Amino acid sequence: MNTGQYIERSSAWMPSGPESGVAISSRVRLARNMADAAFPGWAGEEDRIRVWEQLRDLLPACPSIKNYQAAGMDELSGLDKQILFERHLISRELAERSRGSGVVIRDDEVVAVMINEEDHIRLQCIRPGLDIAAAWKEADALDSEIEGSVDFSFSPQLGYLTACPSNVGTGMRASVMLHVPGLVLTKEINAVVKGMAKIGLAVRGLWGEGSEAAGNMFQVSNQMTLGESEEDIVDQLEQIVQEIIEHERNARWRVLEADEHRIHDLAGRAYGILAHAHILTSKEALDLLSDLRLGVDMGIVDLRNECVINELLILSQPGHLQKQEGRKLKATERDIRRAELIRERIKASKNDLDGKEHE
Amino acid sequence: MKCEVCKSAEATIHLTQVVDGSIQKVHLCESCAAESGVDVNSPMSITDILLGLGGEPADLPPPVKSGERSCPRCHLRRVDFKKSGRLGCPECYEAFAEELAPVIRAMHRNEQHRGKVPEREQERMQNTLQAAELKNQLEAAVSREDYEEAAQIRDKLAALRATAVNEQEPSP
Repeated sequence: MNTGQYIERSSAWMPSGPESGVAISSRVRLARNMADAAFPGWAGEEDRIRVWEQLRDLLPACPSIKNYQAAGMDELSGLDKQILFERHLISRELAERSRGSGVVIRDDEVVAVMINEEDHIRLQCIRPGLDIAAAWKEADALDSEIEGSVDFSFSPQLGYLTACPSNVGTGMRASVMLHVPGLVLTKEINAVVKGMAKIGLAVRGLWGEGSEAAGNMFQVSNQMTLGESEEDIVDQLEQIVQEIIEHERNARWRVLEADEHRIHDLAGRAYGILAHAHILTSKEALDLLSDLRLGVDMGIVDLRNECVINELLILSQPGHLQKQEGRKLKATERDIRRAELIRERIKASKNDLDGKEHE
Repeated sequence: MKCEVCKSAEATIHLTQVVDGSIQKVHLCESCAAESGVDVNSPMSITDILLGLGGEPADLPPPVKSGERSCPRCHLRRVDFKKSGRLGCPECYEAFAEELAPVIRAMHRNEQHRGKVPEREQERMQNTLQAAELKNQLEAAVSREDYEEAAQIRDKLAALRATAVNEQEPSP
């Protein structure tokens, strides 16, 4: 597998989609297991290898897959695994596995199928912005194609059977990645997180934990998988996320109204530092990219290439920096390389920021 | 509040769990929590909490030490499941149905799958749903003391089960 080809270009979810000022991406993940094998965590290595080889050969024949790359976890270097993890194509759990586990990734990175992670199959589809229904439709189609060639373990009462009972039923986890600096600035995020938990949705920081989440990015997902249809889960999540987006937009305008200079200052400083700094830690870069994203969405900062911020969120991670550099980098070297990359990209996509401010 | 285990240190860890429909609260100090396997620093999955401390309904017989019940197909034992929170194979769901029922009830909105059904499972699914519907009708008929109707429904149910068994037998 050539992970170098990924870092040269942007992922499928990076361009803008519906509501992408707040909703970064939507994802649907389906858990499936073969009826004739033990779950990966309990199966012997021989069984795992058999399942991995069977699925690795079968998946490319599915019309939904077409152009793809596949690799066993034993064939990938630590750095390549890290690249895939940073791009949300594999989980940390899969990265820690070796022989008998692997991944099949469609070239556009919309579809990725992890094999022998916690379940035999973990199939995911990612779409830009808020579009869970589209992600489900695509995941559903591929699932049906796979089902044509293998027997999934299924019970009429419990639905799709999974290694962990928390995933039975639909085996579906639908999630939306949200950028909510307004809710963090107004300190309303904690109430939102609590409210979500009450209605059975999970909220977690994308980088870091709780309200301390760096970059003001959170992932909202369904917890319960048994007892509701996929469409109901998708509709409900989409509706709730729409409400959070509404809430976030209100919070942003309230902050702007209360103190116009504060938001302008935040966005302007973020731009200034990102465009000129020579050393940036990943935490500082995340926080500043978040401020800049807010500025761009509110029309305070004008960037020609809107997807540059999404790209930088991924490209400025340790694995990507080292792959671009072609060698291992110490933390201090990474901070320098990160600043350099961000400086170049931000300057390249600038649209007369100064002129606009002086008008 | 004092820790429920050592009864001396201040309880700083408060776990709330729903077991079989009733809420249970456990208050522990940090060191007792660590001893019983609660890792304060790593997020716990709902499974770990449900299967971990205090999760045992009091009226279940204590686990047999040796020769403990295990899944007939993959030989996963109850202790293995408690340790990892993961089942061994699809058949474990039948082997441990009794223990799993309250766990699944606590985790999900409902106990009956309502989502996608694989093409080749459609018929089995329909039979199951039809049987559930007949069972409801049977209960309703009995409760209004309409025994003639109840007898008819019972016969329909029996016929449905017979065809389901016949269909299952030839398959491997």
